[in-house]
Amino acid sequence: MKDNTVILSGRGVTKVFGFGANKTVAVDHVDFTFRKGEIISIVGESGSGKTTLAKMLLGLVSPTEGEIYFDGELRDIRTHKKKREYWKNIQAIFQDPFSSYNIFRKVDAVLLDCIRMRGGGNLPYDEKLEMMKRACSFVNLKFEELTNKYPFELSGGQQQRLMIARIFLLSPKILLADEPTSMIDACSRATILDMLMGLRNDIGMTPIFITHDIGLAYYVSDTVYIMEHGRFVESGTADQVILNPKEAYTRRLLSDVPKLHEEWDLSTV
Amino acid sequence: MKHLLRQTFRSGKFLVGFVIFMTILLTVLIYPLFVKDPPLGIISRGTFLAPGIYVNVYDSMNSSPRYTLILEGAASRRVAGKLGDDDRQAMQEWLVAKGVPEDSIDIADTAGLIALWESNFDPSLRLPGMTNADRNYYIRLTASLEGLLATEDAVVAAANPETGALEEIGVITQTDYVNVGEVPNSRLFVLGTDNFGRDVLTELVSATGVSLIIGFVAGIVATTIGLILGLVSGYIGGLVDDIIVFITNLFTVIPTFVLLILISFSIGQEQRGAFTIAVVIGVTSWVWTTRAVRAQVVSLRNRDHVNLSKLSGHSVAYILAMDILPYIASYVVMALILQISSAILAEAGLSILGLGPRTTEVPTLGLMMRWGLIYQAHVLNYWWAIFPVILVIALITFSLNLMNTGLDQVFNPALRE
Amino acid sequence: MSKVILEVNELTTNYVTRFREKIYAVDHVSLKVEEGKSVGIAGESGCGKSTLALSLMGYYFAPLHYSSGEIIVDGRNISGMDPDDVRKTILGREISYIPQAAMNALNPTQRVINFIEDVIQAHYPKTTKKEIYELARERFELLGLPAEVLRKYPVELSGGMKQRTVIATSVILSPKVLIADEPSSALDVTSQKMVIKMIMDLMNKGIIKALIFITHELPLLYNVTDDIMVMYAGQIVERGTAEQMVFDPIHPYTRALMGSIIVPEAGLRDVKLAAIPGTPPNLKNPPSGCRFADRCKFVKPECRAISVGLRDAGEGRAYRCIIPEEDLRKAYQSEG
Repeated sequence: MKDNTVILSGRGVTKVFGFGANKTVAVDHVDFTFRKGEIISIVGESGSGKTTLAKMLLGLVSPTEGEIYFDGELRDIRTHKKKREYWKNIQAIFQDPFSSYNIFRKVDAVLLDCIRMRGGGNLPYDEKLEMMKRACSFVNLKFEELTNKYPFELSGGQQQRLMIARIFLLSPKILLADEPTSMIDACSRATILDMLMGLRNDIGMTPIFITHDIGLAYYVSDTVYIMEHGRFVESGTADQVILNPKEAYTRRLLSDVPKLHEEWDLSTV
Repeated sequence: MKHLLRQTFRSGKFLVGFVIFMTILLTVLIYPLFVKDPPLGIISRGTFLAPGIYVNVYDSMNSSPRYTLILEGAASRRVAGKLGDDDRQAMQEWLVAKGVPEDSIDIADTAGLIALWESNFDPSLRLPGMTNADRNYYIRLTASLEGLLATEDAVVAAANPETGALEEIGVITQTDYVNVGEVPNSRLFVLGTDNFGRDVLTELVSATGVSLIIGFVAGIVATTIGLILGLVSGYIGGLVDDIIVFITNLFTVIPTFVLLILISFSIGQEQRGAFTIAVVIGVTSWVWTTRAVRAQVVSLRNRDHVNLSKLSGHSVAYILAMDILPYIASYVVMALILQISSAILAEAGLSILGLGPRTTEVPTLGLMMRWGLIYQAHVLNYWWAIFPVILVIALITFSLNLMNTGLDQVFNPALRE
Repeated sequence: MSKVILEVNELTTNYVTRFREKIYAVDHVSLKVEEGKSVGIAGESGCGKSTLALSLMGYYFAPLHYSSGEIIVDGRNISGMDPDDVRKTILGREISYIPQAAMNALNPTQRVINFIEDVIQAHYPKTTKKEIYELARERFELLGLPAEVLRKYPVELSGGMKQRTVIATSVILSPKVLIADEPSSALDVTSQKMVIKMIMDLMNKGIIKALIFITHELPLLYNVTDDIMVMYAGQIVERGTAEQMVFDPIHPYTRALMGSIIVPEAGLRDVKLAAIPGTPPNLKNPPSGCRFADRCKFVKPECRAISVGLRDAGEGRAYRCIIPEEDLRKAYQSEG
C-alpha cells in the first residue's frame, strides 16, 4: 500500500492571525512530507495550531507564508475552479458529525452533491441511486433507511458513517480526519476506524488524522507528528515517537495520559 | 418545517399576537367589500359628528307605514332628552341670581320650571359674572324650550307649487313611529365623523391598510438591504467587511429619526406619496438588521457544515443561500416583524410632524392623528376622531411584537418557561 | 469493614417528556461507598450515568423526577426530603456535585472570592468576609492552588485553573460525598491530570470521604477509582473493583467496552479493538428482557423474555446476565 511518492508536502508553512499587538502565530514554519498510502497523525493539545494546519492543507485557510506542494507540484487554488479541482483530491471529516450537516437538507442531498462533484451530475437517477446504495453499504448503512431523512433523525454513529460514505463516493487521494472519533462512543469508535482503514485499502487514500488523543494516534498511524505552539516538535514512526519519545514535550504528553499497565504518576504535575 | 409551524402556533404569545393581527388585516380586507364610500369622501357638513345612527328627517316624516306605539314615559323621555338635569340646574342658577327665591324653584317640576323661566328670563339682562358664552347658552336653551310641553300633533305642510300657499300634507302625532330599517336614508357612523366631516371608521380602515402597506414595504426594504449587507459583510470578511461595518457604524450613531425628518423634508410635500415615505423609512432603518445578520453569519461561516459545503465545490452564492440563509431565516423573519412595527410607528411620527405622505390622496394612521391633533379633537373631547387611531396603532405594534416574542421563544428554546 | 458513607438502594428516577411519557433513565440502581473509597461509573452516552449523578444529589427539578428508592448519606436518609431542605442542608454540606462544564459556573463579573462568599453565606449567613477569606486561602493552599487566584476574575484564569477553582469551592464546606460528572473531559491532558490530582488530594487529605466519579474515559476511571460500575440503558450491568472490571470483565457488554480502550502503550497496535454493532434501546419503551440482548453476541431466546437482576459473583462483584459466569468465560476463551 505504501509507496514512496510524496503526495502532500509543505515548506515553511506559517499562519499568522491578526497583526500588531494582537498578532498570533498559529502555525510557525512547519515542514512536512506525507507519502502516499501512509497513515499520518498530527497530535497536539488545543491551541497547538493543528486545526489551523488542517484548514491550510484543505485550502480553507490560506497560509501567510510558505508553500504547499500537492502531487509534486506547487498547489494553486487561487480561483474557485482550481479549488474545486483540488477538493476532488482532498476531503475532510470533522469532529462533530451533527454539525457537519446542513440541518435543512435531507441526507440524500449530501450524497448527490458528491456524485455531482465527481462529474456524475447528468447521470440517470437510477445510476445515481445505485452509487448511493453502494456507498451506504460500504459503511453498513441501508440507503432505504436513510433516504428522505433529515440529519437529526440519524444517530451520531450513523451520521459519522454517512460522512464516510460521502468520502467513499468522492474517493479523494487524501482524507483529513479532524478528531473523527472524539464525539463517538468507545464502542462505535472501532467501527469508524475500521471503515477509514477500509477506504485506504480500497481506494488508495492517504488518511491524515488530526487528534489530541495520543493513544488513537499510536493505534492507527504509521507516522506521528507531535505539534506544540504551531511547530512540529517531534516526528517519526508511531513506535519511535510513542514508545521512545526523544523530546521532553512528547514525554510529558505521554506521561499525562492515563494508561492501563503503567502507573499514572500524579506527582509530576 | 411542519413541526416548527406547530411549535409556533403552540406558543401562546405568538397565537394572541397572530389573532389580533389577522383580525386587523381581515377587517382591512373585508370592510371595503361592504362599504364602498371613498375613504376621504366628505359626508357631513359640520365637523366631528358624534358616533350614532343618523336618520334622514325628511324620509322619516314621509315614511309609510307609520306605526303607533304607546310607550310608557315617552313624553317624559322626550322632555328629558331636550331639557337635561344640567340645563335645569343652570336655569335655577340664573333664576336665583336674578332674585327669584330658591325655595320657590322646583327643578323636578318641568311645567312649573318652564313657566317660571318664561315669566322671568330676559336675554338682554346681564347678570354679574356671566360670560358671553353663558348668555348664548341661555338663549339657545330658551329656544329649545319652545313647544317642549306641547301635546298637539305636528302638522307637516308643503308649499303648493301653483299658488305658493302652504298646504297641509300630513300630521305627525306624538305616538307616531317609523321603522329605521324602512327609512330609505339612514347612516350609521360607528365612530362619528372627523374634522372634515368624513366617516372616521371608513377612513380608519383605509388608513390601517395604507399604514400596513407602508410598514411592509419599509420592512422589506430595510430587511433586504440589511440582509444583503450583513451576509456579504459577514461571509466575505476582510476589506469588504471593514467598509460595510464602518458605514453601518456611521449610520448607527446618526439618530435615524432625525435623518428621516431631513430626508422627508428635502423630498418636498408634492413628491411625498405613501410609497416614497415607505422607501425612505426602509432605507434609514436597515442598520440593526445588518449588524445582527453579520454577527450571525460570522459565527456560522466557520461551522463544519459550511466548510464541508465548500469542500463539495459549492459557490459562494450557493453557500450563502443554502447553508447560511436557512440558519438565520428565523432571525430575519423576527427582524422583519420588528421592522414592520417600527416602520408603522415611524410613519406615524413623521405624519404628526407634517412630514408624512401628502394629505390629499390616502389616509394613514399618522395622518389621522395629525388631523385629530390639528383640529384639537383631543382637547374638545371628540374622542372618536383620535382615540381609535391610537388604539389601532397600539394594537398593530403590540400584536407584531407579541408575535416576535413568541417566535423568539420557539426558535430559542432557552427562553421558554 | 469500614463505615458506609453513601448508600443507595433501588433508586429509580424518571424524566417526563412533553407528551407526559415517563423515561426511566435510572432504573433500580443500588450502590454502597465506604469511607475513603471511590466508585466510578462508566457507560456510553445516553446510558443514564449523568442522570444518576443528578439523582444521587437528592435534588430534583423538572423534567427529572424522583420515583422510588432511597439515598442514605452517613446514616441519614435524604430521599423524599423537601427540595428546599435538600438545597439548604444537603447540597454543599453533605454532597457536592461537579458537572462537566463546572468552570462556566463562575460569574465573569465577580472575583473568585466573591463567588466563595456567596457559597458559604448561603449556608452560614453570619460568617464574616475575613473568616471566609482565611478559610478559602487555607483550603486553596492545601490543594496546591495559589492564593492569588482568590483575588482574580475568572477571565484571568485558564480553563484548567477555573475548573480546579470551582472544584475547590464546591468542597469548601467539606461535604462527605463528591459527585464528579466528567470533571476533566473538556480539558487538555495536562489540565486533566491536575484536576484529577486535586480530586485525589481531596480524598487523601480527608476533605471528602467518598467519591463518585463518572466518565466515559475508561483508562482514566481505572486510574482514579477503587470500584467501577458499568451502566447500560439505565441499569447497572456489572460492578467490581477497577482491576477486575478492566482486565477480567464478566458481562459481554463490559467486555466489549473494555476491549475498546485505546492507550499509548506497547502492544496496543496488535490488539483488535472491540466494536458493538447497533444502538442502545430507546428508554421510552425498553425491551422486556435483557436490555443488551439486541447487541449481544451470546444472545439466547430466553434473554429477550426474562429480565434478570444483578447476580452475585463473590467479593462484591455482580453482573446482570442470564448466562452463568463460567459459561461466559468459556465462551470468551473459545473466542480467543
